[in-house]
Amino acid sequence: MSLSEIATNDMHGENSPYFDGWKAYDENPFHPTKNPNGVIQMGLAENQLSFNLMEEWILKNPKASICTPEGISQFKDVAIFQDYHGLTQFRNAVAKFMGKARGGRVKFDPDRIVMSGGATGANEMIMFCLADPGEAFLVPSPYYPAFDRDLRWRTRVKIHPVECTSTNNFQITREALEAAYQKAQEENIKVKGLIITNPSNPLGTTLSRETLTSLVSFINEKNIHLVADEIYAATVFSSPRFVSVSEIMDEVECNPNLIHIVYSLSKDLGLPGFRVGIVYSYNDDVVSCGRKMSSFGLVSSQTQHLLASMLSDDEFVDNFLMESSRRLAKRHKTFTEGLVNVNINCLKSNAGLFVWMDLRHLLKEPTLEGEIALWRVIIKDVKLNVSPGSSFQCSEPGWFRVCFANMDEDTVEVALKRIRTFVGKGQEEAEAPTKAKRWKNSTLRLSFSSRICDEAVMTPLMMSPHSPMPHSPLVRART
Amino acid sequence: MNHSRSRRNPTREPDFPTAKPPSPGGSSGGGAGAAMRLIVPLQGVVQGRGGLILGSVIPGALYYFFQLYLKRCRSAKPNSNPPSPSSPSAQLADLSRSSSRSNLSSRGSVGPVRVSARANSIAKPNASPYYIGLERASEDPYDRFDNPDGIMQLGLSENRLSLDLIETWILENLERSMIGGADGNLNISGIATYQPFDGMMEMKIAVAGFMSQVMGTTVSFDPSRLVLTSGATPAIETLCFCLADQGNAFLVPTPYYPGFDRDMKWRTGVELIPVHCRSSDNFALSVTALDQAFNQARKRGQRVRGILISNPSNPIGNMLNKETLYSLLDFAREKNIHIISDEIFAGSTYGSEEFVSMAEILESEDFDKDRVHIIYGLSKDLSLPGFRVGVIYSFNTSVLAAAKKLARFSSVSAPTQRILISMLSDTRFIQRYIETTRERIQKMYVAFAAGLKQLGIECTKSSAGLYCWADMSGLIRPYNEKGELELWDKLLKIGKINVTPGSACHCIEPGWFRCCFTMLAEEDIPVVIKRIQRVVET
Repeated sequence: MSLSEIATNDMHGENSPYFDGWKAYDENPFHPTKNPNGVIQMGLAENQLSFNLMEEWILKNPKASICTPEGISQFKDVAIFQDYHGLTQFRNAVAKFMGKARGGRVKFDPDRIVMSGGATGANEMIMFCLADPGEAFLVPSPYYPAFDRDLRWRTRVKIHPVECTSTNNFQITREALEAAYQKAQEENIKVKGLIITNPSNPLGTTLSRETLTSLVSFINEKNIHLVADEIYAATVFSSPRFVSVSEIMDEVECNPNLIHIVYSLSKDLGLPGFRVGIVYSYNDDVVSCGRKMSSFGLVSSQTQHLLASMLSDDEFVDNFLMESSRRLAKRHKTFTEGLVNVNINCLKSNAGLFVWMDLRHLLKEPTLEGEIALWRVIIKDVKLNVSPGSSFQCSEPGWFRVCFANMDEDTVEVALKRIRTFVGKGQEEAEAPTKAKRWKNSTLRLSFSSRICDEAVMTPLMMSPHSPMPHSPLVRART
Repeated sequence: MNHSRSRRNPTREPDFPTAKPPSPGGSSGGGAGAAMRLIVPLQGVVQGRGGLILGSVIPGALYYFFQLYLKRCRSAKPNSNPPSPSSPSAQLADLSRSSSRSNLSSRGSVGPVRVSARANSIAKPNASPYYIGLERASEDPYDRFDNPDGIMQLGLSENRLSLDLIETWILENLERSMIGGADGNLNISGIATYQPFDGMMEMKIAVAGFMSQVMGTTVSFDPSRLVLTSGATPAIETLCFCLADQGNAFLVPTPYYPGFDRDMKWRTGVELIPVHCRSSDNFALSVTALDQAFNQARKRGQRVRGILISNPSNPIGNMLNKETLYSLLDFAREKNIHIISDEIFAGSTYGSEEFVSMAEILESEDFDKDRVHIIYGLSKDLSLPGFRVGVIYSFNTSVLAAAKKLARFSSVSAPTQRILISMLSDTRFIQRYIETTRERIQKMYVAFAAGLKQLGIECTKSSAGLYCWADMSGLIRPYNEKGELELWDKLLKIGKINVTPGSACHCIEPGWFRCCFTMLAEEDIPVVIKRIQRVVET
């Protein structure tokens, strides 16, 4: 029985090394007591540092949940509500939260907020609205690997990378943009827009005001769209402060119909399971079209209701944003200092849930093969799942993205210890080069299935409806 | 206690253009009327009626000018304005562009900002009475006490009869259901963190169990064959993306759910070929008609990938019997195509007939399971459309593998899964709920159909669904689509009730209307009947 081209091509991207490490993790997940020698998950950009703040709020505010005596009166209205405009209170609350995450410097209009199935759905949806099959979007590299799938798979839109290098700390230059744009023109490909991630994944840096201004004038000049994926906006933990594209719009001459923001609560609030994606557009047609498309990924009304309450609580939000930043800063400091102690540097970053680690000096050869070889060692011997720069389309080998916000402090210590041991060993083995060749024949395969993109089904025996969730839900597979 | 009322924003009117679209001829009754005059002959073409010349020239001209417009757009410099068309029939091409342009003209932009063709195609207002009626009714919703002159919503097939049962269950089972535990043992990481995009395993087990219960426990569903999505809408779109390429087609018996036109065609580029069913054989599906449609498609060079059936049927409310399901399977096997069976109303049955799922048929067949896929959801049978839970159930492992990966774009919210896992696992409650709902639907159906009968309006004999399929052909003048839409319009404006006209469902016979009665209370039925009477007598 034949299926469609979309169902049978490999645009889902699961053959990329970004996902390969998951297999090693899935087969041998770390647990502090039950499996202390397992693989530590450092490839998942999840923010688990501030769960307790939310737990406390939910316990103190039973009215927010429609499943409590205080909240049950809302149940009927919420259960039947499937209007693609979304609950008004929800949109108001999200608009307010987005404003707060930008230090109150911008005001967002609730009527421009369109829901979608997580940031994943939001990115795909904005592509559907802005570009037709065969048209292209420019994306500065290194970029989030799943863009290759989310932006292209069903939309059939192309991606053209704009190369950024370490020579200027991976900043986006006007020259690089023009070069990429030219190249596309020469290949007869129509460029419809530019998509940036600010704060950047995987770099963890925020765009400077100058860069952002330059980007906005670039797209304005070429009359192409600018999609700013700002899902890490509230993970900024040190200066420089975050500058959103919405702030720049007032200062620079630009056509607002070209500006669109993708947002989500998955990173800033640490609620990826809630599947809240937002498209905010200054273009009325895009809002109107997006609204109708949101039928394919509406946020559960129960979730909308809960979040409407939570995000309207000014005191809670202000405190949360401050505390979350503080905790991220602390964790970032602990981790980077631990790395510096073994001569490993990271790109100086002020945001995000990860660091962009420089391991170029540990490569046997400064090539892609060298990077993959080192990465295999890190997975297999050091037992850390980190993400190699090549999976982010980074043009320089030797960079790795390492996530630090999805674990507790003890696990961070374990990870640092393993790195220390590895680097110490590495100095010994630099004197025994023959051993390196063995790693190239490693049995670690490149095809795989991750817990997230998993095709294998966990047997019902392991799943009881009342199983208590252990510390990290990812460990569920083993317990 | 609040009366249940839809929370749609009453002041919103997002989709109507500021400028009236030009009408091809004759006096127009307003924007909607003009749109009708465009749509009706086009529908006439689709349904094989209407002037042949009119029906060929208008779409041909539209297509030609739209291609011309696209071509010029691609080669024009960003600053140039698109050329204004010079011939009269090109005015119709303007229809697809005017509303998007009118919003931009006030901005003083450098040049026209181009969004995608997909966005442009939806920028014009919803011309279908299905959507127009839903909008109007939500702007002025009827409430027995607060707004007795408002529009009564009979165009949305939602079941509000049994929400009280669910409410009670929640109140009685709080520790199991809520995400803020009274005992203080909340662990938010269980719902906040990333979960499998196609649904948690516990949720799949619970939903599989529910599907089995709702369909009469004659068939069991395997949890590993489920992919969960945020509603049946993305479920069916995802399935289309898996089974068909752009330009391929599905055969769909008419009349069918108006939402399919958008859900299945819009982003996928897939076509729907209507296969007409008639009242003379109770709108039963005939394999001969399917065969004819298949062959015609082949002659046109169009590749048919599958058949889409809704069973129980929307908007008719009848169910397919075993023989029909077997012959459908035979047909699909012969042509080597898929079958999508949308069984979302499986639990909303009220007659003496038993529902037979495709899954039940396949249990007795050892082969050919690979071509059958079932769509389900909790919006109708469990009255929870807001929670967004849809199901793709397939026997085809490749389809499941692809759908699982695609589910990342439309996953079910984790806290919602948690609540539903608890609720659906309480099988005794679910059994009671299913039985009570059935009784209540039947009661409403009987009362409603009787009320219509008093006015001389007969409904097809149906045994499922949340609506009845009413024959008002005796009340329309002339006996064609125009007459039907005029009656629909009168019912909406004068009678202040929103029903769905058969033409929106691609019904080939004019005068049929779908009337959903499960959003009403029993006391509302006489009000509805009186209002219809008012319109009928003018």
